[in-house]
Amino acid sequence: METMISIKPLLAVLVSLLITPILVSSRAPNVREAWTFVAAVAKFLIVLSMLPTIMKGTEIVYTVAEFLPGAAIKFRVDALGMLFALVSSSLWIITSAYSIGYMRGLKEHSQTRYFVFFAFALSATVGVAFSANLLTMYLFYEMLSLATYPLVTHHQDHEARSSGRKYLLYIVGTSIGLALPAMLISYNLAGTLEFGKQGFLAGTASKPLIGLLLFMFLFGFAKAAIMPFHSWLPAAMVAPTPVSALLHAVAVVKVGVFSVVRVLTGVFGTDLLFSLDFGPVILLVASATILIGSFIALSQDGLKRLLAYSTIAQLSYIVLGVGLLSPKGITGGMVHIAMHAFGKITLFFCAGAIFVATGKKNISEMVGIGRRMPVTMAAFFIASLSIIGMPPCGGFVSKWYLVLGSLEAHQMPILYVLLFSSLLNAAYFMPIVYRAFFCRPEEAMFENTVQEAPPFCVVPLVITAVISVILLFYPQPFFNLASMMVQQITGT
Amino acid sequence: MSQQYPALLVIVPLLSALVISAAGWINKRLCFPIAVAALGVAAYSSIGLLLRVLDEGAIVYRLGGWDPPMGIAYYVDHLNGLVLAVVSVVAFLNLIASKKSIELELPDKTAPFYALYVLQVTGLLGIVATGDAFNLYVLLEITALSGYAMLAMGKDRAQLSTLNYLYMGTIGACFYLLGVGYLYIVTGSLNMVDIANILPSLYESKAVLGAFIICLVGVWVKMAFFPLHAWLPNAYTHGPSAASSLIAPLVTKVMIYVMIRLILTVFTPEFAFNILAISKPIVWLACIAIFMGAILALAERNLKKMLTYIIVAEVGYMVGGAWLGNRAGMTGAILHIVNDALMTLCAFLVVSNIAYKLKGYAFDDIKGLVRKMPFTMGALVIGALSIIGVPPTCGFFSKWYLISGAIQASQYAFMVALLFSSLVNVVLFFRVIEICYYEPFSDDGAHGHGPPSEPMAEAPLTMLVPLFIVAAGLVLVGIYTGDIVNKIIEFAIPQGIV
Repeated sequence: METMISIKPLLAVLVSLLITPILVSSRAPNVREAWTFVAAVAKFLIVLSMLPTIMKGTEIVYTVAEFLPGAAIKFRVDALGMLFALVSSSLWIITSAYSIGYMRGLKEHSQTRYFVFFAFALSATVGVAFSANLLTMYLFYEMLSLATYPLVTHHQDHEARSSGRKYLLYIVGTSIGLALPAMLISYNLAGTLEFGKQGFLAGTASKPLIGLLLFMFLFGFAKAAIMPFHSWLPAAMVAPTPVSALLHAVAVVKVGVFSVVRVLTGVFGTDLLFSLDFGPVILLVASATILIGSFIALSQDGLKRLLAYSTIAQLSYIVLGVGLLSPKGITGGMVHIAMHAFGKITLFFCAGAIFVATGKKNISEMVGIGRRMPVTMAAFFIASLSIIGMPPCGGFVSKWYLVLGSLEAHQMPILYVLLFSSLLNAAYFMPIVYRAFFCRPEEAMFENTVQEAPPFCVVPLVITAVISVILLFYPQPFFNLASMMVQQITGT
Repeated sequence: MSQQYPALLVIVPLLSALVISAAGWINKRLCFPIAVAALGVAAYSSIGLLLRVLDEGAIVYRLGGWDPPMGIAYYVDHLNGLVLAVVSVVAFLNLIASKKSIELELPDKTAPFYALYVLQVTGLLGIVATGDAFNLYVLLEITALSGYAMLAMGKDRAQLSTLNYLYMGTIGACFYLLGVGYLYIVTGSLNMVDIANILPSLYESKAVLGAFIICLVGVWVKMAFFPLHAWLPNAYTHGPSAASSLIAPLVTKVMIYVMIRLILTVFTPEFAFNILAISKPIVWLACIAIFMGAILALAERNLKKMLTYIIVAEVGYMVGGAWLGNRAGMTGAILHIVNDALMTLCAFLVVSNIAYKLKGYAFDDIKGLVRKMPFTMGALVIGALSIIGVPPTCGFFSKWYLISGAIQASQYAFMVALLFSSLVNVVLFFRVIEICYYEPFSDDGAHGHGPPSEPMAEAPLTMLVPLFIVAAGLVLVGIYTGDIVNKIIEFAIPQGIV
């Protein structure tokens, strides 16, 4: 594996951090938002500029400070990190536009604080994506937990306060209580924390200890919302919708699963997990989360809470894909990071647009809303198809690979889990869409005139919905990155 | 000039203390510049000294040219070179930050306060620099007496709680003196290196064992190691802000240094860890200290007092780390002396800013702090992250070494205690942050727009700038942990400890 030293990964992380003083000191909101855009676009371009190098099979490395051999603050951009960074940095641009529409539409308070911590959170997200070792990943993981706390609790009322407590309790509690000691034990076993293509724990410890570490890592990154450490996610829905959209469909939760995927492939290594037969354990945990999450989603009336439970289930698809330990399964899991991101962010954008335009949060109050907000609900329909995993949307690609992976790994029960879960997804999404468009006139809760949310809200959700469709026909950017990574991991 | 650094370190502040009290008779405004100059010289020479030690190795300085064991020698190696630099820099920064607060809280006592302040720093620097066991006792008393006087200037129950401190501190010092007496009887020497050379043939002696245990207990009293901590919380809470923010970061840390010096130099690690089988029980005691410190802190409804209990827990970190008996643990303990001094300073400077602007530092008084004092609050958050142990702040890295040491020594209880304390610190500080951030509540409507906006009432720049320097230092020290460990601490620990 060729490597090349470049400061670009550090720049990609810092660019959003460096503009925070400007954001704080800007007097005019327009200037402030302009800087947010500058940073978002700059970040995306820096990430993008590394893409050709990565596609050639070269990795980009940059060490900031080494404090112990094998444990440094160090960046390494590989295919998987690139995939995740591309998704999150491109969606930040769109979300920034949406935030303007949403926050101004609702005349929210403390918008400066909001944009500042958003920028912090994005720095941390890209930091996690480009981490070369567990220590760096842990650093940015914690930074993200803390940067998102003021976003989750934006409203500063009693509900926000108790949700914020729950959020921190789960996220920080597990990372300090489980992930941190697991990291230290790994370091003392292996003498390094550097992610390897085949992990670094192989041959260093007995099976029970490896099992214990697996348990600690799997649940220690509670941002992945694997049950039973999932209930912070619905609670965090008290946040303003753009926060839920970017952070709780893309950045925060994906950082969680990304960390889990990284640890499974880069710390344990798929060979080790396979030889010790830990694959089924991961599959069991992930399948349980998928099914239970989907069932709970069925019974939700709050649209954002429904989306939250749907997210919990979808995140475990990614863990499930890696747990299959077969090339196609892992590819499917990694591609699902991107596919789910574009689909789910669209859904959240729609929920927010509905709230801005009508003030409604509950599904039972949205009967006939398709007549009032046809564009929004059309986007909602497309995005829910993507989550269900049906053509013509990108979600189909990842689900297809997950199905192939389960066949390849001879895990027939997983195949049924996937199919059954798709049915459940359809069962909780389709009635919303159906009742939005096809209800009897006397049931309709809205008048027949078209009245959408402000353009800053609607345009972003149309863009992400369109991208969701495009990703079916042109999944190459993410797909190639994922298969490159899988090649390196499995050596096939 | 640079040859004289060890003497300058102590002599300049000592003489300045006298000059300050004299200058106070003439004009009170002269005192502050003299104190700044004295501590500036001390800080400059301590950093120069550290750089020299890094270059040349340990330095022995004979006061007045008298040879040990008769004369007093100052012995500066990597270990105390580092601690000297930390002590002098912390004292200097705190002095700058405290000017306004001293003038507000003690308007008619500024001159004696500055004199005592400089005297206290003299004592601390002397304790760290000296290579003479008895001289250490003398300086210990200088430190303690000036500390009592400063803390007793506080309001409310300051005098009572300082009296309590005085009783306990005197008992601790007596224990230490008694131990040194035994050592002197057995070895006929007071020079630390000299004692260390004579002792190996006497390891079986009950007197040596007694001397070690008695010294250790004396030092524990002075560092407030649970359950000998009872004097600390009240004394530190009721003292004037400037005194608390000097004494809280430094005194306990310097006493940890003394304990490590006793282990590493005077009695040698061989004796402390191998011949005496007391490592395990002491690590258990440290675990209890950490648990109890954390739990007692949880019960407090007052920011400053909460911080004092956190100090009790942090003392447990360092005692436990030092007694793990391995390199990682010892590295963690020494690194934590540096880190804890900085983060305690950060937290206490925040408290003095709050005391300067608001009615008090009880939880009820700091509602809405985010809006009134956003910069102070920002520094508090950084300090809190370091105390919790979030990378890249320095607190994470010392915790890293301590936990590594616990794993290597198979002392899992210590690891659990450290993690428990981190989690409790999360609760403690986010409770404070919640109060500063959410309260007072404005409305309970479906769509809250947060508490009412309040005009900003930030502390003056002379208080804020040092605070920012310390807060930035927490991150910088964290990032440069590798250098500090590889270039300094690595040489401070004898090769025998692996």
